[in-house]
Amino acid sequence: MTDNNGAHGGVTPGHYYGHGLPYLSIDNYPGKIIAIESTDGVGRTTQIRLLREWLEVQGYGVVETEWTRSALMQPTIEIAKSSNTLNKLTFVLLYACDFADRLEKEVIPALKAGFIVLADRYIYTAIARAGVRGVDSEWIRRLYGFAIAPHLVFYLKLDVDALARRVLESGGMDYWESGMDMKAGDDIFDNFRNYQRQLLKEYTSMSDEFGFRVLDGRKSVNWIQEELRRQIGEFLGEAGGPRPAPTE
Amino acid sequence: MVEGIDGSGKTTQLSLLAKWLASTGQRVFVTEWNSSALVKAATKSGKKKNALTPMTFSLLHATDFADRLLYKIIPPLKAGMIVLADRYTYTAFARDAARGVDRNWVRDLYSFAVRPDLAVYFKVPIDVSLDRLLARRVKLKFYEAGMDLGWSTNPTESFRLFQSKVLEEYEAIVPEFGLSVIKASASITEQQRQFRDLVSRILETPKS
Repeated sequence: MTDNNGAHGGVTPGHYYGHGLPYLSIDNYPGKIIAIESTDGVGRTTQIRLLREWLEVQGYGVVETEWTRSALMQPTIEIAKSSNTLNKLTFVLLYACDFADRLEKEVIPALKAGFIVLADRYIYTAIARAGVRGVDSEWIRRLYGFAIAPHLVFYLKLDVDALARRVLESGGMDYWESGMDMKAGDDIFDNFRNYQRQLLKEYTSMSDEFGFRVLDGRKSVNWIQEELRRQIGEFLGEAGGPRPAPTE
Repeated sequence: MVEGIDGSGKTTQLSLLAKWLASTGQRVFVTEWNSSALVKAATKSGKKKNALTPMTFSLLHATDFADRLLYKIIPPLKAGMIVLADRYTYTAFARDAARGVDRNWVRDLYSFAVRPDLAVYFKVPIDVSLDRLLARRVKLKFYEAGMDLGWSTNPTESFRLFQSKVLEEYEAIVPEFGLSVIKASASITEQQRQFRDLVSRILETPKS
């Protein structure tokens, strides 16, 4: 892999994308951020669980951080989603606030202490969702200028038809994942397809910009896991970051 | 809309202005900084646990503002009412920058805001504002005094340090955004006279 430097929004991994947090310097922190992105229903969370196990067996310290799960914002985001009062701006800003809380309370301390941070979704989720809802694409990128460019970003890509079948098999289509807030009509299946198709387009357009490593989401769980391990192993081997304990 | 640090008397001035406007038959709508129901719970619990960082503090207030803009500011404007805002985006510019958030980032963050027809800044020396606040209540609030920044463990001292930084930010904001300045050291009646003069001028100018 040659794209470990640059191609991540033009920013060196481990540094802020933009203005950052001027009051928090993160230079030379030993930890690494590995982000996994995908639309819902591709098996991202399963992959992260397996990765964590694999990394810990090798002796790496692992911290997970999950989209919308900050102590500060999770209750508010859940109430807001169920009460239907969000508009595209408040939607975007609540997510940003959640991300900021996790960044400062979970991610940065973990980087400082030399952990590998596995991020279940990252800012690209916010950028994709905002893009579909018509939020200015430059504005949202500058907003997330306080985020840290991950060392690796994997994107599990799945086409809309395969995705629709998987989501239906595992519990059904959800209001937000179908973009029902965009009031395009009452047919959830059509809305789901349209919304997810637009999301995929946003992800695709970010691929080069942020240096995504794209994996085929139609492959088996094992195949994807093997591929993740191969690429992460290669990166950690080169990185000279936190050293694994001997496993013999 | 009115701006000024805590204890500058802006809220008093705004309520006197509202009375006057209402008495002249204008329809008035008042909105306060950080008052939306959407982020109330998060702000409250964050403040209670002193768990807010400068960045989450900034983003929560921006969320509050975006929510009020949609529900409380734009609809009354469309209905032809006069919206009186107790604090506006300049509060965020001043406070967030004083907390160490990047100035340009905050300005950019709020680029979705509607530009006010009149922005009045009540300028007060730090000692006057402190005297007014201390005369009124026993304890300075944690974030109001900037105690989250850890500059001083003494609330009064911390307030003085933090609000002085906020004042410095306002000094730069006034020319940058063309805020009208009223000296808050004058009597309440005198300030109100100046304030009404400014508002009259705006109301007489037909909107383009």
